[in-house]
Amino acid sequence: MRIKEKVIEKILAVCALLTVLTTVGIILILLVEAVGFFREVSIIEFLTETQWTPLFTQKSYGILPLLAGTFLTSAIAISVALPTGLIIAVYLNEYASKRMKNIVKPLLEVLAVVPTVVYGFFALMIVTPFLKMFIPELSGFNALSPGIVMGIMIIPFVSSLSEDALSSVPGSLRQAAFGMGSTKFQTAFRVMIPAASSGIIVSAILAISRAIGETMIVAIAAGHQARFTLDPTVPIETITAYIVQITMGDVPYGTLAYKTIFAAGITLFIFTFILNNISFWIRSRYQQKYE
Amino acid sequence: MLSSRYKDKLFQGMGITASVSCLLILVIFLGFIIYQGVDRLSWDFLINLPSRFADRAGIYTAWIGTLWIMVLTASISFPIGVGAGIYLEEYGKKNWLNKILEINIANLAGVPSIIYGLLGLEVFVRIMKMGNSILAGALTLTLLILPIIIVSTREALRAVPPSLKAASEALGASKWQTIWHQILPASFGGILTGFILAISRAVGETAPLIVIGALAYVPFVPRSPLDEFTVLPIQIFNWVSRPQHEFVINAAAAIIVLLVITFALNGVAVYMRHRWQKKIQW
Repeated sequence: MRIKEKVIEKILAVCALLTVLTTVGIILILLVEAVGFFREVSIIEFLTETQWTPLFTQKSYGILPLLAGTFLTSAIAISVALPTGLIIAVYLNEYASKRMKNIVKPLLEVLAVVPTVVYGFFALMIVTPFLKMFIPELSGFNALSPGIVMGIMIIPFVSSLSEDALSSVPGSLRQAAFGMGSTKFQTAFRVMIPAASSGIIVSAILAISRAIGETMIVAIAAGHQARFTLDPTVPIETITAYIVQITMGDVPYGTLAYKTIFAAGITLFIFTFILNNISFWIRSRYQQKYE
Repeated sequence: MLSSRYKDKLFQGMGITASVSCLLILVIFLGFIIYQGVDRLSWDFLINLPSRFADRAGIYTAWIGTLWIMVLTASISFPIGVGAGIYLEEYGKKNWLNKILEINIANLAGVPSIIYGLLGLEVFVRIMKMGNSILAGALTLTLLILPIIIVSTREALRAVPPSLKAASEALGASKWQTIWHQILPASFGGILTGFILAISRAVGETAPLIVIGALAYVPFVPRSPLDEFTVLPIQIFNWVSRPQHEFVINAAAAIIVLLVITFALNGVAVYMRHRWQKKIQW
């Protein structure tokens, strides 16, 4: 009996340790392949060159165009998702009736379960043609449309995290504000949002991290042309879309072109890793305030 | 200067507008898909092999591949994810090792899915020499959804009242007996709900499977876990990327099938959560 208990505990521990192995595996393979890449391409060229053309005859390995593309689509997505998600969260938490809340929340969740490849279809087939009616010079592939669609996809993520933050603020604070004669608007913006600010900031950071790592929407609708620009109307390429582009083709194992996806991958990983850890830090530092 | 009453009304209007427009966009998107694709849906579309002629192409290999991936990923990830969740919630002591485990899992949940693809490409496809097989795909997706399963398992376990555990232990049950006979049955609905949601995520994933080398064109139905494969999302991606309108129609029709699967899984999860919450009242 004793032995059986011990064995079971060990087996369960192995399951848990597998997650550590995953992280170690990710870091190791990214490092090993990226080191192989940087043996052939100097890190200075990688960080400063403004051309990314590993598949052309005139090869150039500057990550800046992919970073610009990633930044551009993410910035557009966040400027859609953050205000909308926040307004919805405040509205549902402070204004909406219980009935309204019970209808809107599950429907918003539907937006979050639609696979990303489907959002890519929406961006290319619906949003780009729609935007073209207002911006005639918009290219068929561009940063604007996938950025907006990505934003729509992230709205439920922002709204549900921010709403959690708002609803964890003790009701006594709201009652006190009302007692002082504040309107709902004053209560929401001068009491509730400041009180929930750490949770709201965390939701914003995680949303940015999501947008940076999003792949299929940009792979479908942004155009696969690495370009060092912040113009949202022309075709661009993100880090993630580049990895898809390379792995879709026949790039032989061990070549420099193969290693570029790991150099791109480690860049992506570093960004999301930093963002995620900032959000943990904020959460663990400010969470206990009301507990 | 706006009066505060007016601001109040204005913001309420904004809130309603934001919520309703999100839902409206969802309706437009789904409506467009159905409008474009529903006529293309037919028995033939479901049982035809892929083809370079749009009107003859079907999604047979794609949905069989999705089914394979779903079953294989589910059977690998369930025991590992639930096991890890039980360990962290019931056995984990408050020491540095478990602190690291927890931070690590939260971190993994934030790693972009395409990075898991790179991991799978090196470890499963190259080092373990599985090639671009269903097994390599299922293992990659397992690593991807493990953090989700672990977190939801822990939440479900935490919802079991401590009195149940105390009662079982007072009767002389060992730790594992208590977990196996009391805690797991009491939390199973919650565990299963989280698990199904994770599987639905895996079914919709495209990027990691493209990276590990799942093909867009597979002219046969996979017979074993070591066969090459394609899945619905990759088939959709392939069709969307073609300029001809007929393939776009095919993509829309395939999206309907994919959405039916995803929504069905989520529907089951929501229903189970609902039932479970109703049935068990502590």
